Amino acid sequence: MNKENTEVLFGLYDDETDLLKAVKVAKDDHLDIMDVFTPFPVHGLDPLLGLSESRLHIAGFIYGAIGTLTAFLFMTWVFTRDWPIIFGGKPYFSAPAFIPITFELTVLFAAVGMVVTFYIICGLGPGVVNPSLDDRITDDKFCIAFDTSNADESVVEKLKSFFSSTGASEVNTKTI
Amino acid sequence: MSAPVSSIREPLINGGKTYHQITEDICSPTEKTPSTAWVIAFIIAVAGLAFYVFCVAWTVWVGIGSWDLNRTIGWGWDITNFVWWVGIGHAGTLISAILLLFRQKWRTGVNRAAEAMTIFAVMCAGQFPLIHMGRLWLGFFIFPYPNTRGPLWVNFNSPLLWDVFAISTYFTVSLLFWYTGLVPDFATVRDRAKGVRRKIYNFLSFGWTGSAKHWQRWESLSLVLAGLATPLVLSVHTIVSFDFATSVIPGWHTTIFPPYFVAGAIFSGFAMVQTLMLMTRKVLKLEEYITLAHIESMNKVILATGTIVGVAYLTELFIAWYSGYIYEQYAFYNRVLGPYWWSYVGMMSCNVLSPQLFWSRKIRRSIWWTFLMSIFVNIGMWFERFVIIATTLARDYLPSSWSYYTPTWVEIGLFVGTLGLFFTLYLIFSRVAPTVAAAEIKSILKTSGDQYTGPNAEKHSHAEAH
Repeated sequence: MNKENTEVLFGLYDDETDLLKAVKVAKDDHLDIMDVFTPFPVHGLDPLLGLSESRLHIAGFIYGAIGTLTAFLFMTWVFTRDWPIIFGGKPYFSAPAFIPITFELTVLFAAVGMVVTFYIICGLGPGVVNPSLDDRITDDKFCIAFDTSNADESVVEKLKSFFSSTGASEVNTKTI
Repeated sequence: MSAPVSSIREPLINGGKTYHQITEDICSPTEKTPSTAWVIAFIIAVAGLAFYVFCVAWTVWVGIGSWDLNRTIGWGWDITNFVWWVGIGHAGTLISAILLLFRQKWRTGVNRAAEAMTIFAVMCAGQFPLIHMGRLWLGFFIFPYPNTRGPLWVNFNSPLLWDVFAISTYFTVSLLFWYTGLVPDFATVRDRAKGVRRKIYNFLSFGWTGSAKHWQRWESLSLVLAGLATPLVLSVHTIVSFDFATSVIPGWHTTIFPPYFVAGAIFSGFAMVQTLMLMTRKVLKLEEYITLAHIESMNKVILATGTIVGVAYLTELFIAWYSGYIYEQYAFYNRVLGPYWWSYVGMMSCNVLSPQLFWSRKIRRSIWWTFLMSIFVNIGMWFERFVIIATTLARDYLPSSWSYYTPTWVEIGLFVGTLGLFFTLYLIFSRVAPTVAAAEIKSILKTSGDQYTGPNAEKHSHAEAH
């Protein structure tokens, strides 16, 4: 997406089953798909495209662990070192009373961290303008896109025949 | 697509929709000029909001003395409203998170609006502890920040502080979850728009493209956020109940409070979802997406949680008697037959008796009954919080300090005002954002659309074969 002036040849399909079949054909023919765009998450697409499982949840776990430690250690430091106060005759280090806040901060850190990471790695955020291949992709069209910037005529022909044989309802080119 | 659906399951999307038709139906309310019904509702809501601002200003100017709280009854309508609003929020998270984990497909019809309701309800709830502080502008003292007074820290052992963390975390996580779900739908609205409108929606959609990898991460994120939000929502009302349960007031100091509060929260939240959904589906013509099947499912949740709440009330009474502890016994005697007996009656009839009507399928699937019941439950759950707070405080250990409390116009105004705030926000939401999660509806169309499942499916498939 960050390359300037990429020539894209893309085909639009009307149904996700057609899309899945087409992607499978492309995989068998060793066609190098640039990206697939869909109006909703299509299950079964990731393995065909060779997308490895997202590691976002691992990041979430790490953020959560940071939250746990931050909350628990901070409260421990405040009540045993920085400003010890006796509440209701209980010990300074009253660990059970720290649990609710520790839990809340674990969730808070994990959620905020994951959401921020998600937008950063996807290159999305307020003010980001990504070129759109076709306005109907967010509506009802399923799109397979190929990068044809450096492709010669024969490759383009091959891709076009791929689209017509797999039942694409429309084939277009766009420079983004 | 995902798991196969039994053919006897009721379809969740009626009208033989295509993907494009779904986009059309869900996005068009944001594109048209508002209907007269919306305008009238908005004027009323904004008037309520204005009155709210006035009452807050009055409270700050005159002081908390403008309320009828006294030395015996230190928590009145304000904390009642706080707990009521927080509870209402819980249904949104239950629908969006817990039902996602349980793979309940009917959540897709109502999750967007229910989550919006959560966020707005928590905003309303947050007002009350702040106003009750009296000096609103010092509200930030509740957060532990390095200060020049020592630094003197907040009391991390106090349930009231746990509440601060619980509510603010809950609000933040709900907002992130809701917005992340909205991003693809904002992109859909963007791609239908032109000019300035397109720029605005592009900003809101964060430049969403619908790339396969993005969708994969988006699903992963939604699932983990749901996994986080599930224990979070249970913790929030648990901690709210700790405000009472960790004190040594008879009638409050009970171990049953956390589950009983959580069940009550879900109960009242679903009632509010019903109130909103029945109006939304009518006004925005979304009857084919928020179907009778959705309404019936939610009524079943109301019946289940209402019965749990009923069992909790009876358990409290039983334990009070069984404990042999006279103060506890008196607290409950007073709750049922004391000066606030009428609120106990209101609570019992609205929360325990009325939901039992939902054993009847006919009533569960009746729009008017559902609407009526949803109002009853909302009233009943407000009474429950009032019963717990005011009744208990009115008769404490010292008979010489027994007291009675009635709200002043300011307190009533603050409550009515937050309804204005809530509906103002909800009405704006229903104009600017798709009120049904369009992308998620599309993803269940092939399994839950009425042309694929249910009694009409056969007919359609024959027609297609023809």
